[in-house]
Amino acid sequence: MRRADWLVIQLLSSLLLAAAPQEQVIQVTAERFKFTPSVIQLKVGVPVVLEITSTDRRHGFQVPDLKIDENIEPGKVTRIRVVPDKAGTWDFHCSIFCGSGHEEMAGQIVVSP
Amino acid sequence: MNEPRSRRDVLKLAGLGGVVFASGLAGACTDIVRKSAPQQDDFFFVQLSDSHWGFKGPPNPEAADTLRQAVAAVNALPAPPDFVVFTGDLTHTTDDDGERRKRMREFKAIVADLKTPVQRYMPGEHDASLDFGKAYQENFGATHYSFEHKGIHFAVLDNVSDPQAAIGDAQLDWLLSDLKPLRPEAPIVVFTHRPLFDLAPSWDWATKDGNKAIDLLQHWKNVTVFYGHIHQEHHFRTGEIAHHAATSLIFPLPAPMSQPKRAPLPWDPAHPRRGLGFREVSVDESRLALTIRQDSLEAASRG
Repeated sequence: MRRADWLVIQLLSSLLLAAAPQEQVIQVTAERFKFTPSVIQLKVGVPVVLEITSTDRRHGFQVPDLKIDENIEPGKVTRIRVVPDKAGTWDFHCSIFCGSGHEEMAGQIVVSP
Repeated sequence: MNEPRSRRDVLKLAGLGGVVFASGLAGACTDIVRKSAPQQDDFFFVQLSDSHWGFKGPPNPEAADTLRQAVAAVNALPAPPDFVVFTGDLTHTTDDDGERRKRMREFKAIVADLKTPVQRYMPGEHDASLDFGKAYQENFGATHYSFEHKGIHFAVLDNVSDPQAAIGDAQLDWLLSDLKPLRPEAPIVVFTHRPLFDLAPSWDWATKDGNKAIDLLQHWKNVTVFYGHIHQEHHFRTGEIAHHAATSLIFPLPAPMSQPKRAPLPWDPAHPRRGLGFREVSVDESRLALTIRQDSLEAASRG
């Protein structure tokens, strides 16, 4: 490959990367009996990685309407990539029974335009 | 005065108020309502659910009395049921293992007053999900099993001992082997705690692998499921399978997804037992039709 061609390819790649939305990372903590934050704000078209950790025991992170259902093990980061394609609000909850306040361990993903 | 009465008479005389819901085990209701002659082979059982013994809180300030009231109401039925079944959440959850066992012992002491000698139990997530059913099994035995009664095959499924609300492949294999000897048209009743279908997954009103159980059960034509968990009556069909949820004995919950949060309905001091009760399930002589009668504790308290 000629040096000029290689430079053109590099330039195009840089332009494409610049045009693509930056992947956002949001850290979420799960503990008995809450998620922090309990409301996760996202924007349409902006890819995001949720990094979820548990500070006490095994929990679950389930968003039924988005077909997300992951176990959150203590001492381990669970990464979930989401690319919101429409605005709206989706409920999530802990899907592993974790004690007397389990039924209140819930939150919402809010996607704005 | 001492002549045996038919179930139909009993339903008329029960005096507890409530609604009657006819349901076909076959998916098509047969002629139970039209028949007038008493049938010796009719029988009924009582389903109680979600007593949450040990619960304390504003949704039911009378929680220490409600289970006893239910036991008294069942004992007061004009005729005794063949058996009584509790579809889970016998006790309210606690993080203290000792307290969990204490609540189970107290529950057992209260239901020991039931005059019906045959009692069937299964766990709810409040009983079993924190210790994989250990304390429950110590007190009540197996969490899944089957039994026969007067021509009906009853199967009890455990969808709570796994804290992820799954039945699990091992139990599904057991269910298949349990049902396999039955003919396709055999009447089958399934008891479980959570709904097997996705009633409201974002409220945790579902079973993770419930669809596998439903797929399996659909090989038989006369299947009815009775469950608890959602603290209200609910009737639904998946194919030919009828699913009936029961009211609780602690506090009612809102209709599925009818409000933002799955919070207990507020206690009404003017109607302290509103929304609480149990049900009678009558099976006709054909074994292919059943009648559900909902008995309200509020009506029972009025005598």
